[in-house]
Amino acid sequence: MLLNQYLLLAAALFVIGVFGVLTRRNGVLVLMSVELILNAVNINLVAFGTFHGDIAGQVFALFVIAVAAAEVGVGLAIVLLIYRNRRSIDVAEANLMKG
Amino acid sequence: MLTLFAQIDQPAFVRPDIDWHAVAPELLLLGLGALLTMLDLIFLDRIRRFIPTLTGLAFLVPLIPILTLWSQSDDLPRVMFDGAYVVDRYSLALKVLFLLSGYVVVLLSSDYMAEGDYYDSEYYQLISASILGMVVMSSARDLVSIFIALELISIPAYLMAAWRKRDLKSNEAGLKFMLMGVFASGIMLYGMSLLYGFAGDTRLSAVAEALDRGESAPLITLAIVFTAIGFGFKVSAVPFHSWAPDTYEGAPTPLTAFLAVASKSAGFVALIAIVLVGFSTQADVVEPLMWVLAALSMTVGNLIAIRQTNIVRMLAYSGIAQAGYMLAPLAVYGETFEGTTNPANAIVNYLLVYAAMNLGAFAVVILVARKTRSGEISSYGGLMNYSPGLGAAMTLFLFSLAGVPPVGGWWAKFQIFNVLTQNASWAGISLAIIVAVNSVIAAFYYLNVAKQMWFMPAPDLDHTPIRLPAPLATALAITLVATIVFGILPGIVGDLSDFTSLAAR
Repeated sequence: MLLNQYLLLAAALFVIGVFGVLTRRNGVLVLMSVELILNAVNINLVAFGTFHGDIAGQVFALFVIAVAAAEVGVGLAIVLLIYRNRRSIDVAEANLMKG
Repeated sequence: MLTLFAQIDQPAFVRPDIDWHAVAPELLLLGLGALLTMLDLIFLDRIRRFIPTLTGLAFLVPLIPILTLWSQSDDLPRVMFDGAYVVDRYSLALKVLFLLSGYVVVLLSSDYMAEGDYYDSEYYQLISASILGMVVMSSARDLVSIFIALELISIPAYLMAAWRKRDLKSNEAGLKFMLMGVFASGIMLYGMSLLYGFAGDTRLSAVAEALDRGESAPLITLAIVFTAIGFGFKVSAVPFHSWAPDTYEGAPTPLTAFLAVASKSAGFVALIAIVLVGFSTQADVVEPLMWVLAALSMTVGNLIAIRQTNIVRMLAYSGIAQAGYMLAPLAVYGETFEGTTNPANAIVNYLLVYAAMNLGAFAVVILVARKTRSGEISSYGGLMNYSPGLGAAMTLFLFSLAGVPPVGGWWAKFQIFNVLTQNASWAGISLAIIVAVNSVIAAFYYLNVAKQMWFMPAPDLDHTPIRLPAPLATALAITLVATIVFGILPGIVGDLSDFTSLAAR
């Protein structure tokens, strides 16, 4: 099996995700970028699991999917809360506290 | 794609043996938490008054199986799931720490939440979920269970940080905490997936063996650094600390105490397991990383703490510095240690003392804020005049945080010095010097608060004593006793670094 191709795909997704988190100012797009990172992890886990002939990788990936859903659920709730109070989901505008 | 799955040839599923006694604390906490949620949904307002008390009880009940497990210490360690879940003296002591800090946080919260006009009982259910994650974390010796425990701790905490829905500061606290937390756990997971790739097994002991015979050094370093970043965020080590002061200031103050003590301790527990077990063969990569994180955390934390005027922000930066002290022993963990002077023992003992003194300091902050409605350090003027008991307690907590004998903090710090200097290595000695210099810097801003209380007049000349509600008084008593006892009877908890069992398979 060609493990490399899967790992390269995952690495590319990971880098795109990190870039998105660092440059995007829209709260929802930041969360989507985090999803890219988590999906890169899933590809890694499934590819490694198959490579080793070990089921644990796929189980780990299932856990990651479930937790990612919970994280995004909570994350969107908080972004929605910010939108209700400020009419904006620009994360760079959230700067009431400094120092 | 089908051929991908066809290659996996697994034997039929066999139900693993479960040691019900060993998992009884977790199951009790889970059951009671679920029961409270249901009671709340059925009885609504008729039961809301009692939810804080019931949640407190739910944290105390799991102590019973922990005590029975502790008393049968011949049977320890109890190992489940091929070494993925270990119950030993080390994990039992940490479970007691987490349950008791959860109890104290509930005591701190009950008046604050009841007076705050915000959704009430859900807060306690989220705290129970978070504490359950910590209790699981202290036994987890496997990448999957560490990850699940970490998320179980963090996700309720994101919600609780944003608890005051109409307060923009609280919203911002939740947003920053959540975005940074989710990002950090993504990076950590990528590191973990690489570790799994090396080992083909998620258990930490298997990861250690695989890393030892690993050929690809750059990739191993990458995996270790990515994994460490996730925990660096959790323990708010510099440079992953930027969320901490803002979240601490904006979140409800009892939750701040929870994040600063329980959540940070859980991060350290995971870090101990993953570094001392999983990376036990990679000291040459991990030690420099931990050295830099420790030195940066304490120096940056202390220097910024000096110029804070808000006491919660000051405690946040002081917490970053304290995290630096606790990271320091990990910078020398690859050396050989004799007896009870070893990194795991030093860190766990520091965690116990830190929980007592920091929760105590937050209890006083909450009490004073009830009267002055202010978080400014200058509002502590005259505290010794109108509430001498409270002032004396705060002085004790501050002395302990600064590391002045004979209260708990000095002994915990002494342990750190012992570990750093035992082998007289270059890394250990240099870090010990940095810790010493930082302790002096830290004493300056801790004692500044004490100076305000003792020598400055009350800013508004209002000398009515602070009313002490029963839950807060209990919390204060517990933390005060613990802080003093750890100081005058050092080593009372004994050696908690059962290394053979920490690395059990």
